[in-house]
Amino acid sequence: MATFDLNDDSVVVIIGTGAGGGVLANELAQKGVKVVALEAGGRYLPEDYINDEWESFGQLAWLDARTTSGTWRVAKDFAGLPAWIVKAVGGTTTHWAGASIRFQDHEWKALTTYGTVEGANLLDWPIDAAEMAPWYEKAETKLGVTRTGDRAGLPGNNNYKVFEKGAKALGYKEVHTGRMAINSADYDGRMACQQTGFCFQGCKWGAKWSAAYTDIPAGEATGNLEVRDRAHVARILHNDAGKVSGVEYFDKDGNLQMQKARIVCVAGNSFESPRLLLNSASSMFPDGLANSSGMVGRNYMRHTTGSVYAIFDKPVRMWRGTTMAGIVQDEARHDPSRGFVGGYELETLSLGLPFMAAFLNPGGWGRSFTTALDHYENMAGMWIVGEDMPQLQNGVTLSEAKDQFGLPVANVHFDDHPNDIAMRNHAYKQGIAMYEAVGATRAFPTPPYPSTHNLGTNRMSERPEDGVVNRWGQSHDIANLFVSDGSQFTTGAAENPTLTIVALAIRQADHIASEMSRGNL
Amino acid sequence: MEKRVDKDGLTRRALLGRAVAAGALAVMGAGFIAAPDAAWAMEVSVISPDEMATLLQMARDIYPHDQVADAFYAVAVKGYDSEASKDLVAAGVAELNAAAVAQGHADYLSIGWEEDRVKVLQAIEGGVFFQTIRAGLVTGLYNQKEVWPIFGYEGESFSKGGYIDRGFDDINWL
Ligand SMILES: Cc1cc2nc3c(=O)[nH]c(=O)nc-3n(C[C@H](O)[C@H](O)[C@H](O)COP(=O)(O)OP(=O)(O)OC[C@H]3O[C@@H](n4cnc5c(N)ncnc54)[C@H](O)[C@@H]3O)c2cc1C
Ligand code: SF4
Repeated sequence: MATFDLNDDSVVVIIGTGAGGGVLANELAQKGVKVVALEAGGRYLPEDYINDEWESFGQLAWLDARTTSGTWRVAKDFAGLPAWIVKAVGGTTTHWAGASIRFQDHEWKALTTYGTVEGANLLDWPIDAAEMAPWYEKAETKLGVTRTGDRAGLPGNNNYKVFEKGAKALGYKEVHTGRMAINSADYDGRMACQQTGFCFQGCKWGAKWSAAYTDIPAGEATGNLEVRDRAHVARILHNDAGKVSGVEYFDKDGNLQMQKARIVCVAGNSFESPRLLLNSASSMFPDGLANSSGMVGRNYMRHTTGSVYAIFDKPVRMWRGTTMAGIVQDEARHDPSRGFVGGYELETLSLGLPFMAAFLNPGGWGRSFTTALDHYENMAGMWIVGEDMPQLQNGVTLSEAKDQFGLPVANVHFDDHPNDIAMRNHAYKQGIAMYEAVGATRAFPTPPYPSTHNLGTNRMSERPEDGVVNRWGQSHDIANLFVSDGSQFTTGAAENPTLTIVALAIRQADHIASEMSRGNL
Repeated sequence: MEKRVDKDGLTRRALLGRAVAAGALAVMGAGFIAAPDAAWAMEVSVISPDEMATLLQMARDIYPHDQVADAFYAVAVKGYDSEASKDLVAAGVAELNAAAVAQGHADYLSIGWEEDRVKVLQAIEGGVFFQTIRAGLVTGLYNQKEVWPIFGYEGESFSKGGYIDRGFDDINWL
């Protein structure tokens, strides 16, 4: 494993090692680029993961302070926990469920396709489906996505079988066990899924792709990548020419260090990335780095989510097997006759009893709540993931509150757009109908959890005044500053975001390496 | 299930040796609270047995599961018997009993029907005391591994090789 000097100003510094940063680090290292990746969290591997929901949460989740505002229910029920994301080498790819689907072609052009939507700050991506197709293919190969290439689908578990039967009863056609970054057969030196059912807690078999035990060690093996864990970046520095020149971070022991850099790539997920840019304000950039548009921290999207759980008169045991290998795609189309623009996916989901108690109806109590849990064994569940509208006022600002290093924390503000609400209600209705078609005796339209998909707070735009980064994720303002995570999403599309984050990271690595060799960076 | 407050001040030994009518929980003045069948007993050292009995009943009324024994609820609220919690508990129990009195009862524990106790709880559900107890129960009760089998939940599965050969797709009634 390489080690680089703090004064080595030839390295690319990547902040965060999740889906975006972890992949970018490896891809650059494979091309011979020297990389220092700074990760706030520690290192955990499959043998460290814990098959226990709360214990695992305590081990891996980002628990540093955040504050919330706005009318979303999360601000009331989970005021200090707006998102459920990971602080560890590999980032949230340790927790993720593995659903890996491409955007639909029209979703790259939301403004053109949907037209102006009142109250929404829609924009077309500066890139399109044709341009992304080869990168998606590389991403699918990297992640070993089932039902792409020649990889078989996963077998359906109990939860899926109920879901599939309901979907078919409603006439849905695009119903299958998903395109999953979970091995249906041995692949890439990792074994096939053993159906343990703790995908959200880190896969102890390594059957699910996670940057923690794929891209990170592969990058380190090249000798070009140094990953420093428990290194919390506090500020990005710049020189008099307005180029970024390095970063300040708190190391394992809480000491402030300065690492010089030729290029800095921010990949801390959609709260921490804009927070860092805002906390890096200077006299030259008083509103924060890369923020001449005023868009840093704005247009936050979290997908129009929600869940439907239902009880049957016989056991389902939904927790057995893959957490999310099941999908209905028929509602993902754009069809304004349903009363909203954009579309949504329905995906199987199960929670263990401890999380079900926390999330089924946060704050709920009494027999209406407990009789639902009494039939936990007879429960089936699904998750809604749909396109939500970017809104200018939704997003991250610096809070009055400070973290353990004395740095202002992110305040996350969110209000649903009427389109989000109409879509969620439609999805609840369809989900409940699916389960009723299989004989559900009771159904629960469960509100969104703390956000797992966090997007848009440093969005990509053709014109510098509309967003933070250009088509390469490169800051419009500062040429050697990149954004490499989900915060660069212009719009969210209906699909789970990680495959797209990974495809963009592979593409960005290609661009950065070739610009470096041309001497442009 | 109702709790009965017994002011007799029996010793723990006497208590555990005593047969009490089924269904009643005994609170002893001597700092103990115990199940009538002596299946479990709990010592309180900081808060009063009455206060602990009130917390237990509250826990049952907030998250009532008739198939879950008192012992599990007792574990979930045991932590309130501490210096750090005693003021919250004293003020909260007083608030709860005042709400019971306002609804025409002697106090919370004396109310016979769950339905009526729930109405009293609803009167205080916006307050810090209720919300603290409720939120604490979410993990305090449901995260007890011993409780999981009562709901059919099987917990960790890695050590058993997952469910690949143990019924991940065994549903047979569809
Ligand atoms: C339970 C769960 C299930 C999910 N399932 C799916 C799914 O099935 N399909 C899908 O597509 N997506 C899924 N997701 C979402 C997916 O995990 C994220 O979209 C993805 O990981 C985001 O990648 P990222 O690079 O933006 O950030 P992350 O992967 O979150 O990585 C960011 C990293 O940056 C680090 N960091 C932040 N700030 C700093 C700092 N100042 N200094 C140093 N390091 C820092 C963090 O510690 C973290 O490790 C799921 C998420 C969760 C929580
Ligand atoms: S169900 Fe499969 S992918 Fe999920 S944690 Fe278990 S082995 Fe890994």
